[in-house]
Amino acid sequence: MEFDLAFIWAGIIAFAVLTYVILDGFDLGVGILFPMSRDSGERGVMMNTIAPVWDGNETWLVLGGGGLFAVFPLAYSVIMPALYMPIILMLLALVFRGVAFEYRWRTERWRKVWDCAFFGGSLVAGFMQGVALGALVQGIKVVGRAYAGGWWDWLSPFSVLTGIAVLAGYALLGATWLNYKTTGELQRKMRRLARPLAAATLGFIGIVSALTPFLDPVYFQRWFNLPGSLFSVVVPSLVALAAWQLWKGLKHGDDLRPFLAALSLFILGFIGIGISFYPHIVPPSLTIWQAAAPDSSLSFTLVGTVVLIPMILAYTAYAYWVFRGKVRAGEGYH
Amino acid sequence: MFDGFTAETLARIQFAFTISFHIIFPAFSIGLASFLALLNAMWLKTRDHTYLALFDYWKRIFAVVFGMGVVSGIVMSYQFGTNWAVFSDKTGPILGPMMAYEVMSAFFLEAGFLGIMLFGRERVGNGLHMFATLMVAIGTLMSATWILAVNSWMQTPAGFVIGDNGQFLPQDWWQIVFNPSFPYRLTHMVLAAYLTTSFVVAGVAAWHLLRGRDGPVTRRMFSMAMWMIVITAPLQIFAGDSHGLNTLEYQPAKISAMEGHYQSHPDGAPLILFGIPNPAEKRIDYAVEIPKLSSLILKHSLNAPLDGLDKVPDDEEPPVTVLFWSFRIMVGLGFAMLGVGLWSLWRRWQGNLYGDHWLQRAAVMMGPAGFVAVLAGWITTEVGRQPYTVYGLLRTSESLSPIAAPAVGASLLAFIIVYFFVFGAGTFYILRLMAKGADGDGNTHDKGPLRVAVMESVKAQPGE
Repeated sequence: MEFDLAFIWAGIIAFAVLTYVILDGFDLGVGILFPMSRDSGERGVMMNTIAPVWDGNETWLVLGGGGLFAVFPLAYSVIMPALYMPIILMLLALVFRGVAFEYRWRTERWRKVWDCAFFGGSLVAGFMQGVALGALVQGIKVVGRAYAGGWWDWLSPFSVLTGIAVLAGYALLGATWLNYKTTGELQRKMRRLARPLAAATLGFIGIVSALTPFLDPVYFQRWFNLPGSLFSVVVPSLVALAAWQLWKGLKHGDDLRPFLAALSLFILGFIGIGISFYPHIVPPSLTIWQAAAPDSSLSFTLVGTVVLIPMILAYTAYAYWVFRGKVRAGEGYH
Repeated sequence: MFDGFTAETLARIQFAFTISFHIIFPAFSIGLASFLALLNAMWLKTRDHTYLALFDYWKRIFAVVFGMGVVSGIVMSYQFGTNWAVFSDKTGPILGPMMAYEVMSAFFLEAGFLGIMLFGRERVGNGLHMFATLMVAIGTLMSATWILAVNSWMQTPAGFVIGDNGQFLPQDWWQIVFNPSFPYRLTHMVLAAYLTTSFVVAGVAAWHLLRGRDGPVTRRMFSMAMWMIVITAPLQIFAGDSHGLNTLEYQPAKISAMEGHYQSHPDGAPLILFGIPNPAEKRIDYAVEIPKLSSLILKHSLNAPLDGLDKVPDDEEPPVTVLFWSFRIMVGLGFAMLGVGLWSLWRRWQGNLYGDHWLQRAAVMMGPAGFVAVLAGWITTEVGRQPYTVYGLLRTSESLSPIAAPAVGASLLAFIIVYFFVFGAGTFYILRLMAKGADGDGNTHDKGPLRVAVMESVKAQPGE
C-alpha cells in the first residue's frame, strides 16, 4: 500500500498548529486578561499558573513554522512573505511577553512596565494570529513559485474581524483556565468574565462561519455539497453542545468543565477551518500535494516524528501533572 | 531612515542583526546548562552545600538568559520564510527536515523539562530533578548539533541533486547531515559555548573576590571556571586549526580573505599578523608578516604554494576587510584565553589561586571575551560564505523574498528598537543578579519566584 505522505503530513502540521492554538491560546489569554486585575500579587498568581509551561506551549509555534519549512517548503515560502507584517508584529509581541515572565520578578520599579509588556505582547500576538488566519482564508496571490501580492494585502475587514474573534476566544480560554487554576476572589472574577467572553466567542464563530462560504465559491461548495454538508450539520451541533456544557459548567461553579468546553469550541472551530481549506494549504492556489517536499524529505522527517511527537506529548503531560492543582497567592511554585 | 538601501541589503542587515543577538544567548545557555547539570550532580554526590549554592545562583541567571534565547530564537525560525523565501523554497526539502528535528528533539526537550528544573525540585524529588536538569543540558547540545548541521550544509553542501523545479532534493541523508564541515563546526561551537560560559563564571567570581567577598562558594566558582578554561582553551585552539584546514579544502576563498592573501604565493605564503586591507588596490597596507608561516600552518610545509584571491573571480570574492579583522579578533582572544588559563594553572600550582589580584582583574576584563570571540567567529564564517547562501550554488541576491524595501526597512527598525530595549533590560537584570555575592550577602532581598524555592530546597535537605 502506498502512503500518501503529503496527506499524512498535512494532518501532522494541522495537529501541531491546533496544539499550539489551544496551549498558547490559554496562556496568551491569561496575558490578555492581565489588566482585569489591578493587584500585583493577584497578577503574580495569574502569571504563575502558566510560568512552568509557557515555553513548551510556544515551542509548538516553532514546530508549526519549522514543520512547514520541512514538509511544505513552497507553502512556507509563499505564506511568510504574504503575511510579512502580521508575522513580524506577532514575533515582536512574543518577545515582549516572553521576557516578561522573568523580568517581572527582577525589578520593583519597572514591574508595571513588564506587566504592560506582558499584556500588550499577548494582545498583539493573539490579534496578529487571528489576522494571519483571516488573510489566509481570504486567499493569497501566487505566481509561479512566489507570492505575487503587495505588503498590505493581508489587511481587510475580514482579517480584522478574525483578529478580534481570536482575541475573544483566547480571552475565554484564559478565563476558564484561571477559573480552573485559581481560588477565591480571582477565580470568581474570572468565572464572571467567562460568560460575556463565551457569548462573544460564539458570536464571532457564527459571523465568521456565515461569511466564509461567500469569500470563495469553493468554500461554499465544500460546505453545502456532500460529503461536506454532513459536517455542516454535525459541527454546528457539536458547537452547540460545547456551548451548553460551558454555560452549565460556569453556572455550577465547576473548575475544569468550562475550560474543557472552551477547548472543544476551539477544536471544532479548527475542524471547520480545515473543512474549508482541504485540500488546499494556500487557498486558492496551492494544494498540499503541490506544496509538498519530495517523498525522501517527507519520509525522513516522518520516521523521527512518529517516535518523537508521542514522547513530547508524554513529557509535556508529565510537566502539567507535576504542576497540577490550584495556584495560591504568595505560593506559586515556592 | 533606510532610504537608498536595497531590499536585499536591508534583509541581510536584519538577518545579521537578529541572528547576532540570538547567538549570544545560546552561546551562554549551552555552557550554563551543562555547568548546572554538573553542579547538581556534584551536590547530590558529595552533599557539599557550596555546589547547591552555586546551582541556585546560576539557575536564576540561566532562567533569564534562556528566556531571551527562546524569544529571539522563535524569530529566527520564521525569518527564513519572511525574508528569504526563494532560499526557503529551494533548500526546504533539505534544511527543513533538519530544523524540524531540532525542534522535536531539542526545543521541546528543553522547554518541557525547564519548568521542572527551575521550579520542581520539591515536587518531583532529587532524582527526577536531576534527570530534568540533564535533559535541559542534552537539549541545548542537540539543538547545537542540528543547527550546525544546517549551517554546515549551507557552507559545504553534500548529498543532494538539483530538481527540475530548482529545489535542492535530498539524495543521501547521511551525507547531508554529516557534510564535510559539520564535525569541525560543531566541535568548535560547543567548545566556544563552554569557554564563553567559563569566562563569564570566572569573571563573576573574580569580581567578588576583588571586592573582598571571599568565601567557599565564590572560591569554588572561580576554581571550577579556571579548570574549565585550562581544559577547553587549548582544545579550542586545536579545533579551530583543524576547522581552518577543512575550510581551506572546501572554501579556499574564505581562507584567502581571512589571511589577507590577495596574491598567490607559489613558494610559501607569509602569515600576515596585522595590516590594513586595501580592497581597491587588492593588497594589505602596512603588513606585519612572518615569512612562510601561513604555508606552514595551512599546508604543514614552509614552501608549499598557496593560492590567493587573484585566482577567484571578483564576483565570487567574500569581503576581505570584514573577514581579515573578525578572524584576528577571534584568534587574538583565543590566545588571550589560553594565557589566562595558563596563568591560573601557575598560580594554582603555587597554592595562590585566590590571592592574585591581577589574575582576578584579568578574569573580570575577559568576562565578556567569549561573546566577542563567538560573534567574531560567526562573522568570519558567515560573511566568508558570501556572495552565496548555499556555497557555490545559490547566490544571496537570488535567495530573497519578494518584499518591498520599505517593509523590510520598517521591520528592521522595529527589531533594532525592540531588541536593544528588551535585551538591554535583560542584560541589566543579569548584571544585577551577578552583582550579588554568591556567599550569601545581599541575596535575602531578592523577590523572584525562585527565592523561596531555593530556601526551601536548602531546608529540605538532610543535615542542614
